[in-house]
Amino acid sequence: MTALLGSIHFGEWILHALLLLPLFGVVPVLLGDERSAKRTALIVTLVEFILSVGLWWSIPPGDGGFQLVTSLPWIPGWGIAYRVGLDGISLMMVLLTTALTPLSVLASWRYITTRERGYYALMLVLLTGLVGVFLALDLFLFYVFFEVMLIPMYFIIGIWGGTNRLYAAIKFFVYTMTGSLLMLVAIVALVWRVEASTGQLSFSYDFLLANAASAGRAAPWLFAAFALAFAIKVPIFPLHTWLPDAHVEAPTAGSVLLAGVMLKIGTYGFLRFAIPFFPEVALSPAVSTLMVGLAVVGIIYGALVALVQPDFKKLVAYSSVSHLGFVMLGIWGLTMQSVQGAMMVMISHGFSTGALFLLIGMLYERRHTRLIEDYGGIARAIPIFSLMLTVVALSSIGLPGLNGFIGEFLVLLGSFTAYPWATGVATTGVIFAAAYLLWAIQRIIFNRLDDRENEQLHDLSPRELAVILPLVIGIVWLGLYPKPVLDRMEPATRRFLQAAAPGMRTPTAMVGSPTVVAEPGR
Amino acid sequence: MTFTHAVWLAVALPLLGFLVNGALAIWRPGAKGAVSLVGPGVLLGAFAVSLGVFAELWRNPAAAPVVVRLWSWLPVERLQVDLAFQVDQLSIVMLLIVTGVGSLIHLFSVGYMKEDPGYARYFAYLNLFVVFMLVLVLGSSFPVLFIGWEGVGLCSYLLIGFWFSEKANADAGKKAFIMNRIGDFGFLVAMFFIWRSFGSLDFGYVTEHAAEVLTPGGAIVTAITLFLFLGCTGKSAQIPLYTWLPDAMAGPTPVSALIHAATMVTAGVYLVARTNVLFAMAPVSSTVVAGIGALTALFAATIGLRQYDIKKVLAYSTVSQLGYMFVGVGTGAYVSGVFHLATHAFFKALLFLGSGSVIHAMHHAYHATHSPEDAQDMRNMGGLRAYLPVTFWLMMIATLAIAGIPPFAGFFSKDEILAAAFARGAERPVFYLYYAMGLLAALLTAFYMARLMAMTFLGPNRTGERERQHLHEAPWIMTGPLLVLGVLSALGGALNLPHLVGGHAALERWLEPVTEPARRFAHLVMPSGSTEYLLVGAAVAIGALGLWLGFRLTLGRPIPTAAAAPPDRGLALVLNRKYYVDEIYDALVVRPLAWFSRVVLWRGVDQQLVDGVAVNGTAFLSRLAGSGLRLLQTGQVGVYVVLFLVGAIWILRAVIR
Repeated sequence: MTALLGSIHFGEWILHALLLLPLFGVVPVLLGDERSAKRTALIVTLVEFILSVGLWWSIPPGDGGFQLVTSLPWIPGWGIAYRVGLDGISLMMVLLTTALTPLSVLASWRYITTRERGYYALMLVLLTGLVGVFLALDLFLFYVFFEVMLIPMYFIIGIWGGTNRLYAAIKFFVYTMTGSLLMLVAIVALVWRVEASTGQLSFSYDFLLANAASAGRAAPWLFAAFALAFAIKVPIFPLHTWLPDAHVEAPTAGSVLLAGVMLKIGTYGFLRFAIPFFPEVALSPAVSTLMVGLAVVGIIYGALVALVQPDFKKLVAYSSVSHLGFVMLGIWGLTMQSVQGAMMVMISHGFSTGALFLLIGMLYERRHTRLIEDYGGIARAIPIFSLMLTVVALSSIGLPGLNGFIGEFLVLLGSFTAYPWATGVATTGVIFAAAYLLWAIQRIIFNRLDDRENEQLHDLSPRELAVILPLVIGIVWLGLYPKPVLDRMEPATRRFLQAAAPGMRTPTAMVGSPTVVAEPGR
Repeated sequence: MTFTHAVWLAVALPLLGFLVNGALAIWRPGAKGAVSLVGPGVLLGAFAVSLGVFAELWRNPAAAPVVVRLWSWLPVERLQVDLAFQVDQLSIVMLLIVTGVGSLIHLFSVGYMKEDPGYARYFAYLNLFVVFMLVLVLGSSFPVLFIGWEGVGLCSYLLIGFWFSEKANADAGKKAFIMNRIGDFGFLVAMFFIWRSFGSLDFGYVTEHAAEVLTPGGAIVTAITLFLFLGCTGKSAQIPLYTWLPDAMAGPTPVSALIHAATMVTAGVYLVARTNVLFAMAPVSSTVVAGIGALTALFAATIGLRQYDIKKVLAYSTVSQLGYMFVGVGTGAYVSGVFHLATHAFFKALLFLGSGSVIHAMHHAYHATHSPEDAQDMRNMGGLRAYLPVTFWLMMIATLAIAGIPPFAGFFSKDEILAAAFARGAERPVFYLYYAMGLLAALLTAFYMARLMAMTFLGPNRTGERERQHLHEAPWIMTGPLLVLGVLSALGGALNLPHLVGGHAALERWLEPVTEPARRFAHLVMPSGSTEYLLVGAAVAIGALGLWLGFRLTLGRPIPTAAAAPPDRGLALVLNRKYYVDEIYDALVVRPLAWFSRVVLWRGVDQQLVDGVAVNGTAFLSRLAGSGLRLLQTGQVGVYVVLFLVGAIWILRAVIR
């Protein structure tokens, strides 16, 4: 495969192609007629996905550095360049994005009935923005993509959303905008600081990373600005309240991409920027305690609030707060296991929560309600749907053998050494997760089938199966054989740990003879 | 290629069965013939593989564990968890029980579930259960065991709620899963501790290095074992997490026999036996294990005294008998625990399947006459011996076995546990108390079993004039498996026949390689000579007394039918309502948690504090400030950017409206 890709100089054009293809795709979508927009969008996103699969072979084993790096001058006077590249971590996020987008398009097939051209054009712009965020190696470019993905999502929620869509869209926009403007200020301040000490004006990621120490006494403020921007995106308690509103109002595809990919930009930001740039601040006892504390609060809080939601979509939205709490805990756990686990939770959550939103959307298209109490006993009427919902819910619960378990387990296992109490409390999340999802599942697909409208539901169509089956297959595959994914990410994770924590708790030191924690009284 | 290295076949066959039956359940639910062939067929195949593995180990009984590695599952640097199966003396015993008893119960189900529209789905779940149960007993590391551990919980959930259209059944399934998850929390934390101390999660590594890594009696090993045991209390229905098991009887009766009596619920006992060296190093934990076991044995037995539903009696009996097993493993008599696990699998599976045969007959009778009466209420039975003679005599054997009457299987295993607890008392006097509790529980066990047999099979029949015509013995596909289990219940004691009666303690010797590491820390000197005779005599006398009292008191006065019975009062009511533990949990845990989540967190923190005060408050303030500041044109690009974006939103608003 590597040889084949080499023969077509795959590595030289692929990243640009991934960024440009969706933008070019906008043209036929807008120029074509209303009915063919979705077909065009589907083709474009499928091609995008197929192309992106080739990236799998672009990461040489054991190399944690960036691959396929290209740098073109953009605004040379300000040290801004079009600089892109990827490592194992961004590879997985890009693949997650390109995989979920065609499914989202397919899920919008009959859901979106008005202004289709505009809708699918925005989806394509969103795709470029999302992929760009993960590929950007220039901080200004990153900021641009960060904004590029925000605006289409704002419109998708605001135009094609539910009844309360404007409130949700503006809340989403203002929340995220506040963070991103602060981040922009922090980026510029960091660049100036670095320029002051090195004499070189550059937004290049590697250059800034190498010289981030020149931030000096401003480091805590800069970290705070980055952290706030990403914390809103994750979202970390108590900055999460835009999320349930945005999810409930967003059309299915919006929710899928919002939960599946956009939330991870927050955690990706911590992994890529906030922590490696300012490790002394980020990993200081005070900040660590705060972040781990908020992560644990998020895990429990999200789960408990999910428990009492009457709206299934809102329930899943709050469950995201809980799941992303695991990611934050894993990142601050700072061991190979916990950070790899955090990455696995990011991927798995994209699969299982994405699938949950898709299934809720399918149910909503049939009955035009998301209230749990309106259903009941539908396993009798639509068994295949119910089977899929059960598998996906079990994955979200973290049943071993399915994907959700891998990440959660690694996060908790890896974080326990550094934070035994916090991890212990976080582990109770597995109980609440079972409680809120199984209770919802029971009220939806089990119990008595006594509603006439529910009796007449029709089961999944071939198109809907084509949407959900790939995710279910992924859920089982990642749960049983996550090794290829873990292996691809491991060098990048190791590099993060080295950048983040020079000399402290470096897990690579654990290789070799078993580390035995001395017992008191021995 | 040896059978040992092909042990994965024992797992793969039921997995295949699950896939085939699952596909049939979706596309051809009517293809019952194929299901009847595949469902039990794959189990018999798995049993054959198990026999082959056993035969190989039999030729070389002291062999070291063989780890059959399938693929690398969780490779993260030092953490290298393989999906691997461990074949050793303990796992093979479990393998034989699971596939053997499992095969019989699958066969029985062919008759029992024949008329159910969900027949294919039923066998798909049942096959899947066996897959996970085998992963549980074969897993060579804690995480792989945990796959099985949670997987069996899932199947239990699906099968308890098999008739999910009844809310009560779906409730029971959910309750089982969530209570098990509370236990699983303990299992997870135990794994974290083990990983932190050992840097490995493999059984082989942990067993080998426990002595050097951990301090006997130290805080860490105590924490590890207590958290593991929390997991056991969930899976094996011990105090305080036992309340799901009686509700689990909502599932089809063969499920109760397989999952909620013979196999899954014994997983906790297996786990303690598997990690015996850790428990042996933690005397405090072991005392807790035995104490909880003794308490559960006694407590559940008292509830069993006043239940009317035939399956509920057996359910509490199971909880109680599992308590015995924990007394065994907590005492350090790991083999006795496993021995009782095996004999209990025989006689309790027999009792459940027998009750299934009774319910089957009762159900048909009531169905034929469209009577709304409860087919599981023993007050509606009586005199069934005349109609179901085979079932009666086989259940009688199981009753004698569970009551501890020699030479039936339960006598030997229960006696060993009680003797071990007595022996441990010399060192830790609290074990004398456990012994006494066990003895009292044995009396109650014999009593409630005699009551069950008397109410069901003896005395006059109370089913009803017309219904009586329809009562009949089950078909051979159901009585056949009962017969095999009857033989095992009668003769199962031979597995570990004590020296007292001229045996060679075969199971004890067989499991020696597995329990060897524990012996360094906790050695148990079993009583011998006159003490041994005295203990045996006491146990037999207690069992016989219980049976006599049970038959006499039950048959001594007329039993009203369920419809005609006066409501229970006083202690009888408290026992019948299971000491109101469910209600207490509901009031103390479930309701406050839901209230806290809804009122405090969601409406309070989320909607009022964060959204109401912070977010919308900021919006209000900025509107206020904005109206004042908009006159200030600073000429800075940044402000224009913001204004541009705000403008864009305004335009959008106008467009959409």
